[in-house]
Amino acid sequence: MHHILSWIGVHQQMIYIVILMVFLGIEVIGRVPAVLHTPLMSGANAIHGVVIIGAIIVMGKAESDNYIALGLGFLAVVLGTLNVVGGFVVTDRMLEMFKKRK
Amino acid sequence: MGSNILTIIYLLASVTFILGLKMLSSPATARRGNLIAAAGMVLAIIGTIFLYTDEDGERLHNYGWIFGGLVVGGSVGVIAARKVKMTAMPEMVSLFNGMGGACAALISIVEFNHLIRPFAINMRRLMGEGEFIRSHVNIPTGFGAGGQWSILLIIFAGLIIGSVSFAGSIVAWGKLNGRIKDYSFKGQHFVNISLLMLAVGIAAYIIFSFRSDLTIDLANISVTAGSSAPSYAKPLFYTVFGLAIFYGIFFVLPIGGADMPVVISLLNSFTGVAAACGGFLYDNKAMLTGGILVGAAGTLLTILMCRAMNRSLKNVLVGNFGGAGVAAPGTKREQGHYREIALSDAALLMSYAHKVMIVPGYGLAVAQAQHVCHELEKLLTEKGVEVKYAIHPVAGRMPGHMNVLLAEADVSYDKLLELEQANAEFPTTDVVIVLGANDVVNPAARNDPASPIYGMPILDVELAKTCIVNKRSMKPGYAGIENELFFRPKTAMLFGDAKKALQELIGEIKNL
Repeated sequence: MHHILSWIGVHQQMIYIVILMVFLGIEVIGRVPAVLHTPLMSGANAIHGVVIIGAIIVMGKAESDNYIALGLGFLAVVLGTLNVVGGFVVTDRMLEMFKKRK
Repeated sequence: MGSNILTIIYLLASVTFILGLKMLSSPATARRGNLIAAAGMVLAIIGTIFLYTDEDGERLHNYGWIFGGLVVGGSVGVIAARKVKMTAMPEMVSLFNGMGGACAALISIVEFNHLIRPFAINMRRLMGEGEFIRSHVNIPTGFGAGGQWSILLIIFAGLIIGSVSFAGSIVAWGKLNGRIKDYSFKGQHFVNISLLMLAVGIAAYIIFSFRSDLTIDLANISVTAGSSAPSYAKPLFYTVFGLAIFYGIFFVLPIGGADMPVVISLLNSFTGVAAACGGFLYDNKAMLTGGILVGAAGTLLTILMCRAMNRSLKNVLVGNFGGAGVAAPGTKREQGHYREIALSDAALLMSYAHKVMIVPGYGLAVAQAQHVCHELEKLLTEKGVEVKYAIHPVAGRMPGHMNVLLAEADVSYDKLLELEQANAEFPTTDVVIVLGANDVVNPAARNDPASPIYGMPILDVELAKTCIVNKRSMKPGYAGIENELFFRPKTAMLFGDAKKALQELIGEIKNL
């Protein structure tokens, strides 16, 4: 119990962010027209690609003789980049078609 | 200095994510919103590479590996995203989502391996610097008191959620492109729950056993400094990983293809939460903001999709569709006969109509018939027929799937009617042509309480004077239920692949 309380104390900033982001996420999406559901899902998919930052940190911290960490970290960077780049490009392609019509 | 700049960069990135998501929800700004979020992401990535420092003030190394990974992932990502056909978009999104989930799971694996030998690493480094050994005694105290268990908890959360998202997304991808068939066995839900409980249980066990182990370590710091983790922790950790993967597979396997959009959206929000776990792990606000934002928005989007089908999320996940289909045969009645229509008759009917309404469905996407469909619309419009499209929110495999598809074929935006608008116009419509849609026009949703889709809002195509249904065969749609509409007197069937049938139809109309 004590551990949990002290953890909350230490991480209160993060906890505030989590709570606020939950409300913001719901608020921001709430008014989206059905037409944009697919691009929006795809865009959100690209945004959670921020996980790439974690992959870069893992990769950058790995000791140069720890081949498991290097290998897994490299794979994580590749997959994370795929998520980010692929996600944004696919979303852009979808939206590009929306723009053509007047 | 560098870390302060990085803080500002992460702040900017977080703002671009929020702004991007907001702009994505309005047609006029959507494309710019996507680019803004992408710019924020690039900024955050570059900032992390060059400015990140850990608690000891050490910078990242292995730049070769990092840039190698970025180049490989980036080029494959661009090529895959550019090459993919519009009809295959949903499965592409699912695949990319799976990559993100796998990335989160891999981070957890590496961090766990770091964690189970922190002392060995720290001691070795500090030994080399001789005199600092004394001051080092404080570090593990902090670990044991507040940090360790919560770090483990986050690592496990990231591992389990990320793995489920990865495995589930891959199955969803396979289902959408037809590589994986629906599969379920008796007691599958029980097995699923057991898998998940087991994974969570083992994770909890490791977390608790780690704590007690560390306390002992603190007491004899000099003796047991080399090893802090119980020897069974590592195999158990990988067991949890395996269980989570299996859970992800079995979680998605029994869910019907028609429900994949809901599943992808849900897995999308899972990956968001997994990314946010990384945010906690590295005290990284950009990861936290982006992850939770997507987690929350994705969950809401999932619920909105379920609501459009008038089903609860639980109903989708527990997979009542299959169950109800098995129970239904007892109440199955004779459907009677259906009427086929010749191409020339259909052509005649449409060219002399005042108003024609096109109802597209997945069949249109499969046949890649969107361009031909637009051609038919233009041809009829030239002949003075008013042509519109009735778009059901869950037609196709993703919400908005039809809109995207028709947009590709340059169909004008104001010709697309949403559910309510379309239903208001059906009574004044002469001919409705249903192109590969089934469940979204099934009257059972309105008048058969026993039907699994009962209560779902549908397009009331029956209100029109005539209804032509184009299908490849009389096989039921994805929900696996019969459609009474096909046997109604006003309905005429036009069998064949949507693209081919439309091409022939256009030929006939031109010949009139």
